This record gives sequence, C-alpha cells and structure tokens, in this order.
Amino acid sequence: MIFPVDALLQENLTPVAFAGALAIGTAFGFVLERAGFGRADKLVGQFYGTEMTVYRVMFTAVVTAMVGSALLAAVGLLDLQAVTINYPTYLWPMIVGGLLVGAGFVTSGYCPGTSVVAAASGKLDGIFTVLGVVVGSVAYAELQPQLGAFHESGKLGKLFLPELFHVPRLLLAVVIAVAAAFSYKGAGKIERLVAEARARKAAPVAAAPQAE
Amino acid sequence: MERNPNRFWNPYVAGVALGLVLLSAYALTGKGLGASGASFRVGVTAVNAVAPDHVAAVPMLAAATEEGSPLSNWLVFEVAGVVLGGLLGAWTSGRLKLETLRGPTFGQAPRLALALLGGAVMGVGAGMARGCASGQGLSGGGLMSAGAWAFMLCFFAGGYAMAWFVRREYR
Repeated sequence: MIFPVDALLQENLTPVAFAGALAIGTAFGFVLERAGFGRADKLVGQFYGTEMTVYRVMFTAVVTAMVGSALLAAVGLLDLQAVTINYPTYLWPMIVGGLLVGAGFVTSGYCPGTSVVAAASGKLDGIFTVLGVVVGSVAYAELQPQLGAFHESGKLGKLFLPELFHVPRLLLAVVIAVAAAFSYKGAGKIERLVAEARARKAAPVAAAPQAE
Repeated sequence: MERNPNRFWNPYVAGVALGLVLLSAYALTGKGLGASGASFRVGVTAVNAVAPDHVAAVPMLAAATEEGSPLSNWLVFEVAGVVLGGLLGAWTSGRLKLETLRGPTFGQAPRLALALLGGAVMGVGAGMARGCASGQGLSGGGLMSAGAWAFMLCFFAGGYAMAWFVRREYR
C-alpha cells in the first residue's frame, strides 16, 4: 500500500495538506469550467432534455474514479478501507437531501460546487447561489436538533454496492462502465427527440420574422 | 490561445478529467472532493464572529469549530482552489464576464432571488445528506457507497420534478 499519502490526508491541518487541497481544487475548478459547468444555461439543459451534459460528465467521472480506485486497490497500491471509511450511509437523510439538492439545482441553475465556478467567472446568479448555500447549510445545522432522530435515520454504516450485491468490486465497476457507455446512446436519443418536438412546435411561427 | 466562449470540452473528455481529479483526491488525501462543506464553514465563521455562545450550543455548528477556526480545514482550501481554477478557466476561455444568466424574458431580480432560494434549499439538502453533488454524489458515488448512489438518483429525480415549475427562468 502506497496510497493515501499520510502527509496529504484531509484530516491533517498542515501547510503541505493545505497546499495539496489548493492544487486539487484548482484542477477541479478548471475542469468544471471547461465542461461548461460555470453556466446555468448549460447545466439546466439536463432537466429540459436539451442537453444531457451533466449526466455525461458526472457519470463518466464517477465511472473513471470507480474503475481507477478499484484497479489501484486490486494491485495493492491503494488502501481502499482508508477512503471508504469516510462515506457511511444514512439512507433517509440522503434520499431527502438528494431530492432537495436536485430541486435546488434546477431552481438556482447550479450545484454548490459549480456555483463557486460561476461566481468566480463573474456570474451574479452564481454569487447568489453561493450565498444561498451558506445560509441554507447553517439553517439546517440550526434546525437539526429539532428534527429528532431524522439526521441519523437509516443508518447502514459502511455499505457499498459490491458488498450489497456480492459482486467483486472491480467486476462491478467494469459492468457499470459498460452500462454507462450504452446509456449515453439513450441520452443522445432523448436529446434528438426533444429537439424534434421543439422544432415541430416552433414550425408554425418559423415563417414569421425571427427575433433572434 | 484562441478564446472562444462557446467552445467547451467534449463531455466524455471532461468526465474522464474530472474522474482523474477525483481519483487523485482519493489516492493522495484519503477522501474525495467537496463544496458545500466549505460554504457551511464560511457561514459558521460568520455566526461565530457575532454569537460564539450560540455556535457552541448547536451541535453541528460546534463540530465545525472543534479544531479551532472553521476555516482551518481541507475543504476550505480545496474550494479556494476551485475559485482559482474557475477564474483561470473562465479567463482563458473568454467566459469571464459580469452577467446574470437567465432566459431572455425573465427579469434579473427574480432570477437572482430564485438563485438565492435554490442555493438555500441545496444548503439544507447537503446538510442532511452530509454532502452535495460533489461531496456525496460524485465522491461517494465513485466509491460505490449505497447512500451516495441513492443520493444521486434522488438528485436527478428532484431536478426533474422541479424543472417544470421554474422553466420560465431559462426560456
């Protein structure tokens, strides 16, 4: 086992770890910007069927990290336990939280991460979204004691798909990667259908002078 | 470098690049990427400046001050990097511009109000889920956490369920 690197661990509050955080974050922000994720108009296309870029980028990233980490662990380079321990499952708050983050995403036009990229590229809507996330996350902390057992409900601990389905991790990662590749064809089909439907709807007015 | 604000990376190229950034976070630092956690810590810092006793009395707020300043944290530095990276990306692509992205028939003020509201809803959701689309969906998803996959499915479901109600924002 070589990875993770002790000096760079996220729980270490050392200058070296912070420099690493800054470097990784810079790469993260740059890639998000280049993907078009600093723009609300491009991001929300996902939810109107006009462009499924969010699905393609997100799923491809997940698959890449999934196959990569399973592979590194399989050859003994990565101590996977040291990483997975940071991701316990609390089913109910994760389900409700997911619904809220999704609804908030299409309302604001960003997710908490992409809103930071949008704010950095001068988008006022991005800046307001960042402010909203600050307020909302503090508000939840204030509210949490009043919600009783909800925050800890559905506590399943360390539960990962390979253990859940009794399939070796690397094999499952490859199967999901293949499924992703097929699903992109479906995503393309949805985009074409939506584009055709929009063209039909717009056809009667197409003859009139266009105000583009 | 030629600057074309309408040119983006191919989504699969961007996805692999994003996946490699995430993989290097796992391998080097023992944990994935995140975003909402840093925003939360900025908020806690502000509350702590005016009402430290209150922060100490609320469990989740107090937890963020356990190791001194809430800002002395990996995620905060990572998100500072996201600002730098986003700025660099926008500048080199010609997309660095002060503007409000909205549909041509939708006003600026309501658009900004909805951005604030949507952000607040996401803040609440991310608090519950112990992470946002990055910190839970992407990072937990890449490790095949059952909870993160449930989160991701619900994230898309929540987006599609809400989309019709806010469609005028972008048209």
